[in-house]
Amino acid sequence: MTEKRVDLLVIGAGPAGLAAAIAAKETGIDSLLVLEREKDPGGILRQCIHNGFGLHRFKEELTGPEYADRDIARAMELHIPIRCGTTVLSVSSGRKVTCVSPSEGLQIYQAGAVILAMGCRERPRGALCTPGTRCAGIYSAGTAQRFVNLEGLMPGKRVVILGSGDIGLIMARRMTLQGAEVLACVEIMPYSSGLNRNIVQCLQDYSIPLYLNHTVTEIRGRERLEGITISQVDENRKPIPGTDISFDCDTLLLSCGLIPENELSLGAGVRLSPATSGPVVNENFETSVPGVFACGNVLHVHDLVDHVSRESALAGKAAAEYIRSGAAGAETIQVTDGDGVRGTVPQMIHRNASADIDLMFRPAGVYRSSAAVVRCGGEEILRKKAMIYTPGEMAVLTLKAELLQRLPDSVLTVSIERTE
Amino acid sequence: MLCSSDVLLIGAGITGCATARALSRYACSVIVLERGPDLAEGATKANSGIVHAGYDAHPGTRKAYHNVRGAAMYPELCRSLSVPYEQCGALVIGFDENDRRTLENLLQRGIQNGVQELRIVERSELLAMEPALNPDVLCALSVPTSGIVSPYELAFAMADDAALNGVSFRFNEEVTGITRLPDGGFLVRTGAGEYRCKALINCAGASSADLHNMLSGEKLTMVHRRGQYYLLDHAVSLPFRRTIFQCPSVMGKGVLVSPTVHGNLLLGPNAEDIQDPLDTATTQAGLDEVLRKAALSWPKVSVRSNITNFSGIRAHLPQDDFLIGPVAGCPGAFEAVGIESPGLSSAPSVGADLAGMAAEWLHCSVNETIVPYTAPDKPFREMSEEEQRAAVLRDPAYGNIVCRCEVVTEAEIRRAIRRPVGATTVDGVKRRTRAGMGRCQGGFCMPRVMDILSEELQQNILNITKDGGESRLLCDTVASFLEGGSVHD
Repeated sequence: MTEKRVDLLVIGAGPAGLAAAIAAKETGIDSLLVLEREKDPGGILRQCIHNGFGLHRFKEELTGPEYADRDIARAMELHIPIRCGTTVLSVSSGRKVTCVSPSEGLQIYQAGAVILAMGCRERPRGALCTPGTRCAGIYSAGTAQRFVNLEGLMPGKRVVILGSGDIGLIMARRMTLQGAEVLACVEIMPYSSGLNRNIVQCLQDYSIPLYLNHTVTEIRGRERLEGITISQVDENRKPIPGTDISFDCDTLLLSCGLIPENELSLGAGVRLSPATSGPVVNENFETSVPGVFACGNVLHVHDLVDHVSRESALAGKAAAEYIRSGAAGAETIQVTDGDGVRGTVPQMIHRNASADIDLMFRPAGVYRSSAAVVRCGGEEILRKKAMIYTPGEMAVLTLKAELLQRLPDSVLTVSIERTE
Repeated sequence: MLCSSDVLLIGAGITGCATARALSRYACSVIVLERGPDLAEGATKANSGIVHAGYDAHPGTRKAYHNVRGAAMYPELCRSLSVPYEQCGALVIGFDENDRRTLENLLQRGIQNGVQELRIVERSELLAMEPALNPDVLCALSVPTSGIVSPYELAFAMADDAALNGVSFRFNEEVTGITRLPDGGFLVRTGAGEYRCKALINCAGASSADLHNMLSGEKLTMVHRRGQYYLLDHAVSLPFRRTIFQCPSVMGKGVLVSPTVHGNLLLGPNAEDIQDPLDTATTQAGLDEVLRKAALSWPKVSVRSNITNFSGIRAHLPQDDFLIGPVAGCPGAFEAVGIESPGLSSAPSVGADLAGMAAEWLHCSVNETIVPYTAPDKPFREMSEEEQRAAVLRDPAYGNIVCRCEVVTEAEIRRAIRRPVGATTVDGVKRRTRAGMGRCQGGFCMPRVMDILSEELQQNILNITKDGGESRLLCDTVASFLEGGSVHD
């Protein structure tokens, strides 16, 4: 079967894929193609009809579809081909991409560079091992969001939300506005993993109680969900006997974390980071497989789409540069997580990198009056104080390019330290 | 509404489906009544999926007879029905001299039952065979003929074959009463209607003792034994190639760690006797017990890649053997009661015998016009590139990937709904196609599967259920809920 050649192939037409494709095209890559499995481009933004998108990038408050439309319009203007309804079945280490669609059938592309932009998926009930019955009425928050916002269907009337991730918080408000009763939001950790503004605007404004240090310990109902029990947990996240609270509800929404969707990456032989569940990348967002790049939520889960777009544009430019000039040579600096820090991206840096580099990571807990610190060979090379570091908000440290030249060692360690 | 048939078969689990298929080879009319919304709704959908070689049952018992005979029928049965089956072998592991004696006993029993290739293997060889095993293991009974199968997929295929050959399946029909008719036949009442038949067969699984007690003066008491499981994702490379058993106890074969035919890893079951035969909930204590015991076989046990937990109910009789044959004191009625492990392994043998007995009672001849069974097309994910290309050309719906975790296409889902005994629920589609079986547990594909079900069954999407009954997945449309049904009004 004949392969088609394309310089750049982007997998996914969500905000990451669109920004990457636009950036690559703007630097002059004309032979490119974006593959999208949904019927329309825009990714998860299509079902995020609330506002609050684009504050950083556009300095205005857009809804998800509005934000996506700006990138789609730009892609159209640039005549970037986006093939929707097309699912990628595999990516090889040699950048051969096999995809399928009802109209075009099975197609194989040999790409000069591939950008992975498949996004992430939600942790399902199974991943939580919550005991109880296996009845109808338990959905991931994103599935419920799709039902309500895209299909105009109500999954239930009396709702409890497990996990305080942003989609769960947003759905607490959405379900309330649609006439359902949201009884509680239950979070196993002592802090929410969602953005503070969402706690205020989606729970507090609607008097929805947030139970921190609690989890669901029983699910009841033979056919449709009839009720759940939540219990307080100790510092090891084990339920404390005698702390049960029971709720009669017909719906349980899960917002317990997002996992980068890396099945295709694994098939291509891309090395993944246990900390992010996404690929290990260098400052060009290139993975361990030459010519394969990753950006957006497939790389690491973001809080704000604005940051996805910025990161993905850099990945697009880097992929374009790879297509023009080939590999950039071996990375010589390694970035590792120190105390209080999880999943720093990028994990590898070229010492001769010409542009400033954003080190992005998640605080491992809540840290007040602390500083994020980068050390190298025992020497502190960067420090950034903040009122609070919390797992709900990705932290960024910008590393100046000129700093790289005079690093005393080849390992950078990012940590959070208490300040006096 | 009154329906009549020669044979009325109650229960569409693995034993009922095997019996229905065997009955379709005789010239008689057959109706199958099933309480649940689909085939395989009881123990058949929630067991270990092991085709036991037959070393465990005591020689001379019905369990031993049907297990060994049934297991021997598996390779050809599964081949002819294109059902995934694999003779992956098993190890029953022991940790001390006590266990060694148990294993020696099992070996002797196995030899007496006619099981081939059994032998005791010592530690060093064991650890070479299965490097992930607990290094404290002393020895094991090696069972090369032990197999794995997808139990519900086998039930679906046998039911489809039976339906193609005239057997009628009726769902959501729970038997509420049985009357003996003057002509020697039976009148069976369900919530939905009445059925007359000349012969009655009880394959009612967890309810088989209740049904037996409606028919016979010799009353039975059944113990309902629940077993809980973990099912891990197949993306993880499997730690074991074979099924790993621990030494059996009075409560059963114990917690196993086994690959499945789809490359997942199964941990379980524990065993707890419960009151409610429909209580398939999992519990924290039960799941913890499974993990603790699985760790004995697999010290590095990890459920990080857990996909789901489930539990199944085994129908245990205190006499610890199957009850198979004519119902005592009730001519024309036949039964399979107390079908716990090795019920799956035994099903083909039990089905053949029960069908034979009913046919003999009815004096029916052999069905001369068998319609050959054609298996559903090979799953898209198992096709070669060329086959995939041809499939999409033939039917563009093959180009629409609905379940991305398991790579299931729209074409396969539509075909699963159109099978002779087709899927009518989201879980029915899942078990027939694996859509929603993967690590996202249907988070992505469920709304799409519901759309397809709604279209194929010409049902309002609000009526689509997870697994029948009141398991509706949606409560209203957004528009009409806001207008009339809002709970804030």
